[in-house]
Amino acid sequence: MKNAETKGRKADGQKSRGFSRRTFLKGLGTTAVTAVAAQTAAVAEEIEKANAEKIIGPGAVPVALTVNGQKLKLMLEPRVTLLDALRNYGSLTGAKEGCDRAACGACTVHLDGMPIYSCQKLAIEAQGHAITTIEGLALDGELSPLQKAFVEKDALQCGYCTPGFVMSATALLANNPRPSTEEIKHGCAGNLCRCGTHPHIVSAILQAAGIEQQNKTMVVNYVDLADAK
Amino acid sequence: MSTWPTQNKYISQSTTRVDAAAKVSGRARYSSDIQADGWLYGMILRSKWPAAKILVVDLDPARKIPGIKAALVVRDAPFTIRYYGEEIAAVAGTSKQACLDALRAIVVKAEPKDQFVVSEDDARQPDSAQVWEGAKNASTPRVRETGSVDSAFPECAAVIEGFYTTPVQIHNPMETHGSTVSWTDDGVTSWASTQGIGSVRDGLAGALKLDQSQVRVITDYMGGGFGAKFGAGVEGVMAARLSREAKAPVRLMLTRFDQALAVGNRPSSFQKIKIGALADGKLHAFEMENYGTAGIGAGGDGGGGGGGANIQAPYLYKVPNSRVKQFSVAVNAGSSRAFRAPGNPPASFGMESAMDDLAVKLGIDPLELRLKNDPNKIRQHEYRLGAEQLGWKEKYRSPGSSPGVVKTGIGCAAAAWPAGGGSRDTQGEAQISSDGSIELRLGVQDIGTGTKTVIAIVAAEILGLKPSQITVRVGDTNFPAGPGSGGSTTCASVSPTVYDICNNALSQLQSRSGLADARGDNWFAACKTLGVSPLTVHGQWQPGLSADHACGVQFAEVAVDTETGLVTVLKIVGVHDCGLIIDRLTLESQINGGIIMGMGYALYEERVLDTLSGVMLNPNFETYKLPGIADVPEIEVVLVNMPERGVIGIGEPSTVPTAGAIANAVANAIGVRVTSLPITPAKVLAALGKVPPAMKS
Repeated sequence: MKNAETKGRKADGQKSRGFSRRTFLKGLGTTAVTAVAAQTAAVAEEIEKANAEKIIGPGAVPVALTVNGQKLKLMLEPRVTLLDALRNYGSLTGAKEGCDRAACGACTVHLDGMPIYSCQKLAIEAQGHAITTIEGLALDGELSPLQKAFVEKDALQCGYCTPGFVMSATALLANNPRPSTEEIKHGCAGNLCRCGTHPHIVSAILQAAGIEQQNKTMVVNYVDLADAK
Repeated sequence: MSTWPTQNKYISQSTTRVDAAAKVSGRARYSSDIQADGWLYGMILRSKWPAAKILVVDLDPARKIPGIKAALVVRDAPFTIRYYGEEIAAVAGTSKQACLDALRAIVVKAEPKDQFVVSEDDARQPDSAQVWEGAKNASTPRVRETGSVDSAFPECAAVIEGFYTTPVQIHNPMETHGSTVSWTDDGVTSWASTQGIGSVRDGLAGALKLDQSQVRVITDYMGGGFGAKFGAGVEGVMAARLSREAKAPVRLMLTRFDQALAVGNRPSSFQKIKIGALADGKLHAFEMENYGTAGIGAGGDGGGGGGGANIQAPYLYKVPNSRVKQFSVAVNAGSSRAFRAPGNPPASFGMESAMDDLAVKLGIDPLELRLKNDPNKIRQHEYRLGAEQLGWKEKYRSPGSSPGVVKTGIGCAAAAWPAGGGSRDTQGEAQISSDGSIELRLGVQDIGTGTKTVIAIVAAEILGLKPSQITVRVGDTNFPAGPGSGGSTTCASVSPTVYDICNNALSQLQSRSGLADARGDNWFAACKTLGVSPLTVHGQWQPGLSADHACGVQFAEVAVDTETGLVTVLKIVGVHDCGLIIDRLTLESQINGGIIMGMGYALYEERVLDTLSGVMLNPNFETYKLPGIADVPEIEVVLVNMPERGVIGIGEPSTVPTAGAIANAVANAIGVRVTSLPITPAKVLAALGKVPPAMKS
């Protein structure tokens, strides 16, 4: 329900890092560009440069990705998303497809440390960036403290959304090592879980952040109740 | 009769999932992650019409798309389409992009029908468009009557009437339905995202006209089902047929849109309830007329309804004079399927809402009214436990008397789940090697409930080993058969079975080794006496170790903004019994999950169909709202341990009472009732008289 906020946050975050004037201009239609271009000569120069780049596709083109520190060279149609490339061309199936339209977060990976929905990024656009997937968090086989906390707190059921949550929470803790419960909820608001594991996810992230908490679950033996009566 | 040990090291304690590390590291390969050699993508073309006659389906343009290896119609034209999203054809190709292009290239000649109906209220009218030719949309009502209702109502001290409605809810597991299927001359292998490997095998064999022994179904990891993933499905059968045609394995996973349209949902309900109590608060008379839709599944050969939308009434209460009339109406929409505690969440919502409205009329505390009328002794205790945990006495105020703009309220409701016991046909085996390693194999599947972990815990307990020393293999029809994961029966099916396998293993090892006790410290010495051939031990479900009928009550505390209509759930207390607890940790997860899914049903979830076009308007997560992490309230779980009853499943009862409890808390907060789920801000404001009534859904 409260996803919109975080989706905005993610999108903004992406822009603040990977956004340049040139990509902005390239993204505009010709008419709009002409209007903008009229303003300065410098802009016109940039457009010329942008237009000079050759059009790629629609057939497969070579794409070089850096994933978990490894080079991944693929032949992909330009319309192939990063998620599709990782899963189906790179055999990195840790990132999941839940909706393919930036609503569920199961496909979350890091692009230069920033959590993004990999279903909304074209693979060719991810070139030149450091991509980290869930497989990259435990490269030496040793789970990260957050992954261990997910195991200990049972912060997963079917587990299909889990890689996405772990990636969002990893990025959250990198920027905010001792988040409050509210900040955790905000940091993971772009991820959906249908099994309803959320309370344990919050506990796991708090544990990974070294924040003490008490389990409120009570076990009562029925025999004692009946006797007490 | 077998009995569980009473001194336990692992049973009833908290053990982390045996497959948790694989799931948090991305190593777990789900059905949608399977990449068999030379695999192709598969996709389905669906109807854009809610009703049409398909005349010709021309697949040739699709076959010409580069990369396309197979294209097939689902049925030979001409055929009839009865809902938006019904399957027409399927393609397989070397990339998702090629398949998308191919779907666009297929030429379908059709006669769209402008006679269709998607609203239950329209469909039940005698002059409505017919979903099934020659059959009325509304089934013949079923009437059950006990006592004498007409004379009982005048005897009541208080009578209320209400019209309580619930929407169609979509399962929306995070992994959609689908499979990878390889069909060669040796037979069919399906890596399916399913809750029932056995039912998928039998379904594929039937549809493909193969021997069941020629079909193998494998489910190592699957991303949730909630009742919608038992059969082979059109998508499973088409994956197989495409594989045969293309001579390559085909992975056909549904898109999120596909999933919303065509593979199941929870039927709606429109419950007109009249209920009365005597002056002492005892329920005396009850009358309900209910209808709902199970989509096109409610129609067909039998003429109309089929009963898919019927619910239990007067739910868990015993009313001496009761009349219940129910029918189903067919509409042009995808069929319903089992959905976590079928029939129960709507039944609980309707009845528990009526109970609270009756309590208001009687001028008594709604908890009091329940304690007076709930016939179940366990629930009586659970109500008292939950009330104490929530602070009911201190927090309860008469309806609407909470001060200020943001009003708080509390409410409660109960669950009764008649199933949850074990399937007596469950079998399994263990292979034990001379180095002491042991592998348990059961033909069940772990749908996220922790079945593998339960197997490891029980085996470790009986054998005196650690759960980490047990290798568990499930999800393969080559293993001894177990039940589908439905009815909350899996835990109560596998636990007694593993008990039997392990006790058989111990007695065989003891007689071979001469050791009096092969458990624990003696295990490895006993196994050493095995030669090069591992010992294979069979076992099956045993009576006396499990039971059915789990109960539960839940309490909700909410805040309602009377200016915006927004409902915020502050706290849920869930009190649930489930016999002998096997794993406290995964049990708690499952109850949390039931509560959160129930919260979605209460506040957010609803399939919206456009009456003019017959199109589903919210087949995705942007517009079909699931509870998110920021919506989740404080949840306190009270587990009532009853080892004397044996193992009972909990998956379903935990989701039953949530919507009723929240609805009652909202009514308690604002002093008027929102009678229709989901309780949206618009409906709250309408109930408060602040805006005109919301458009009828």
